[in-house]
Amino acid sequence: MNASGTWLIAIGRLALILGAGVLAAAPFLFAPAQLQILTQFLSLLVIAIMWNLLAGYADIVSIGQHAFVGIGAYAFFAFAALAGVNPYLSLLLGGVTAFVFAVPIMLVIFRLRAAYLAVGSWVVAETLMLGAGKLSAFGGGSGVSVPISVVKAFGAQAAARYATIYWLAFALAALALVSTYLLMRSKVGIGLTAMRDNEEGAGSVGVNLIALRVLCFLWTAPFLGIAGGVITLQKLRVAPPASFSITDWTVYVIFIVVIGGIGSFEGPIIGAIVFFLIREYLAEIGLWHFILLGVLSIAVILVEPRGLWGLARRFVSDDLIPASFRPPRQPVMSARIASENAEAS
Amino acid sequence: MAAIWINQIVQGVLLGGLYAMFAMGLSLSIGVMQFVNIAHGDLIVLVSFLLLTLTSGLGLPPLLAAAITLPIAFVGGFLLQRLLLQRVLGKGVLPIILVTFGLSIIIQNGLLSAYGADTRKVAGGAIETATIPIGGGVNIGVLPFIIFLSAIVLIFALDRLLYHTRLGARIRAVSDDVATANLIGLKSARIYAVAMGVVGATIAISAAFMSVWTNFDPSSGPSRLLVAFEAVVLGGLGSLWGTLVGGVALGVAQAIGAQFDAAWQILAGHILFLVIFVIRPQGLFPRN
Amino acid sequence: MSDALLNIENLSVFYGEFRALFGVDIAVKAGEIVSMIGANGAGKSSLLKAIVGQVGRIEGRIAFDGDDLARLSTPEIVARGVALVPEGRRLFPSLTVEENLTIGQEIGRGGDLGFDEIYRYFPILWEKRRQKTRELSGGQQQMAALARALLANPRLLLCDEISLGLAPVAIAALYQVIPTIRDRGVAILLVEQDITRALAVADRFYCLLGGRVNLSGLPRETTRETVAHHYFGG
Repeated sequence: MNASGTWLIAIGRLALILGAGVLAAAPFLFAPAQLQILTQFLSLLVIAIMWNLLAGYADIVSIGQHAFVGIGAYAFFAFAALAGVNPYLSLLLGGVTAFVFAVPIMLVIFRLRAAYLAVGSWVVAETLMLGAGKLSAFGGGSGVSVPISVVKAFGAQAAARYATIYWLAFALAALALVSTYLLMRSKVGIGLTAMRDNEEGAGSVGVNLIALRVLCFLWTAPFLGIAGGVITLQKLRVAPPASFSITDWTVYVIFIVVIGGIGSFEGPIIGAIVFFLIREYLAEIGLWHFILLGVLSIAVILVEPRGLWGLARRFVSDDLIPASFRPPRQPVMSARIASENAEAS
Repeated sequence: MAAIWINQIVQGVLLGGLYAMFAMGLSLSIGVMQFVNIAHGDLIVLVSFLLLTLTSGLGLPPLLAAAITLPIAFVGGFLLQRLLLQRVLGKGVLPIILVTFGLSIIIQNGLLSAYGADTRKVAGGAIETATIPIGGGVNIGVLPFIIFLSAIVLIFALDRLLYHTRLGARIRAVSDDVATANLIGLKSARIYAVAMGVVGATIAISAAFMSVWTNFDPSSGPSRLLVAFEAVVLGGLGSLWGTLVGGVALGVAQAIGAQFDAAWQILAGHILFLVIFVIRPQGLFPRN
Repeated sequence: MSDALLNIENLSVFYGEFRALFGVDIAVKAGEIVSMIGANGAGKSSLLKAIVGQVGRIEGRIAFDGDDLARLSTPEIVARGVALVPEGRRLFPSLTVEENLTIGQEIGRGGDLGFDEIYRYFPILWEKRRQKTRELSGGQQQMAALARALLANPRLLLCDEISLGLAPVAIAALYQVIPTIRDRGVAILLVEQDITRALAVADRFYCLLGGRVNLSGLPRETTRETVAHHYFGG
């Protein structure tokens, strides 16, 4: 690795650490309006990290993960507002509920492969959203506000509430990042990477492949569920289209991960930053920012499938957060496969 | 009382014909190129808006407008495959999903900014309200009936194309084994593009019927995709007639659900799909 | 060999970083059968794939009747009169025998070898012409694969291990047809692991080992010991 590469990596890691520090101290540094944006940023980051885990590492492309966000939102409301459970505990229970739902959902959609699984997961999410709209206890199709008592449990004054909710989002994001990172550095991650590199050999370790995918799918559910609760605290209401919003929790998330860099840990972070910058500074172009995001995503897939971080990796030869799976830039065969090819002659 | 229910169910069956038409193109692209085009529903809506512009914008009669969109959609499908989708085929699961997903978002928002969010409909004239009484208080709408018959004709036509023409043999060849096709000298990219052109034609036909029968708006795409997908999977991958059965089953489920309210209408379709899928994941009439 | 139809000069084949052929020279004349023998991994399939344009990176020259095939795409090469019978038959399983053969005929040059003659060579294919090829036995499939290539009226026929996995009766039936094709003036390049078959039918032969030609000549002038020695290396 050349000297400038080493320096770039050091600077990058320093930036990460500084960024984390700023985020940790944010309520002391930023006004409520900006704090709310950062809270949204962190919530979206959690969902992005989880989607990246599924699509970038475990080869599960789901466009229905927003179902778990909605489940977590509604579960949080059920425990906190309807059953009177401690609101902080209710957040956790939202995650547990999402996990419980994840088991049958997984059993259904894992019968489908690849793109069928993607659309199948979408069908499941739609069904759950419509089903939620049938529950009168939650306000039916138009939803209902979170009761003041529950809201106040997070802080009597607005400023304190914003800070508490922010720190909840921060804690969730930090937990999501660190724990998923450790998961990918463990045998699970190594197993997944090995499976990705060695498609032919996957057959001989077929059982393990399924077990690993199951693990990753179930791993993401509780994080998404708790995120759903946190998001509900920001929106202050549950409603089918908002809590189960495919736009907010799937479309944006996919764009974030793809543009930032799928299959790496830096990717979702970079993607989320870019996304929020586009949203803040290009807000006046309205609808066109969707079109821009769509065009950017397609351009990324065609030009550099590993996203912005993949572009950066062309100049920097190591990761800031070393746990990447790197899909090949072109269909280059490894030496082993090449020699097998030639052996067939 | 019974007449109301029978009317609804008949309506549901005929609706299934429209759903089957949506699903034909999806079934073809899934079977031949092995990908699920997430923008499929949005393409149907795109052509519908094109028809709208031709009819109310330029004042053309609906049949002429439909006849114009047919070759446009064929060429559109051909170029879409040739210029964009071909470049991400064979590179794994993710890229094609992401590209068609991005395309879906671009189309939806492009239509939204060009036409606004209002629901639209293409005026079809007297045929929209004409009905045929078949006794016992049961009426069949002429338009839905024509649509159902057209779906059957379309299936026959596609079957004929795939199993009794040279092009059809080549399309089936590349869907069997594209690597071998390349090895012996077939131009698989061109065959894929033609197949996608055929898909475009089915999209144009579906759009023509849909835009006259029901309302649509820029965000209608995803719901068309989901119902088409469900019809294909329910019917069994690779079976065109199975797709018709799947579509009819969904239409009837929705008609029954509609008796309660609009949300139950859509929910009933999804629930039927999930239940049948869990019991019989390979669908009702799977090929091979 | 300047009067050869196929003249391969200094051919090297690369799969990424991996090199499968090292500067190979091969020539095949019209109306002759050339056998190429070699063990697994010697590079035989790579050579055939390179000729039809299915290998990413090659160096050297593949001259076919004056044209350099290295710069052409597979459909262009096939249209010029090169037909491949791929290793493992590689028919289209859900298509009928007739449909498979028709595709072979359509992508070829056109010529006087048609279905009548093919069905005379392989009567079983006429019997099974309406059946899907996945319902045929291994030997019948191999006949269909050969028939598909022949219907393209090639000037150069490439056969990749057509005897692999077949019963002796089936192999014999196939190898009866090969000389007949040669006598029509077609240049035939046979790749085989089965040394006896390959040398029995060949006019000339090459032996490949580790991506290099290490022996060539006339079968009747070469001893079995020499052949075995070069086949296995030593």
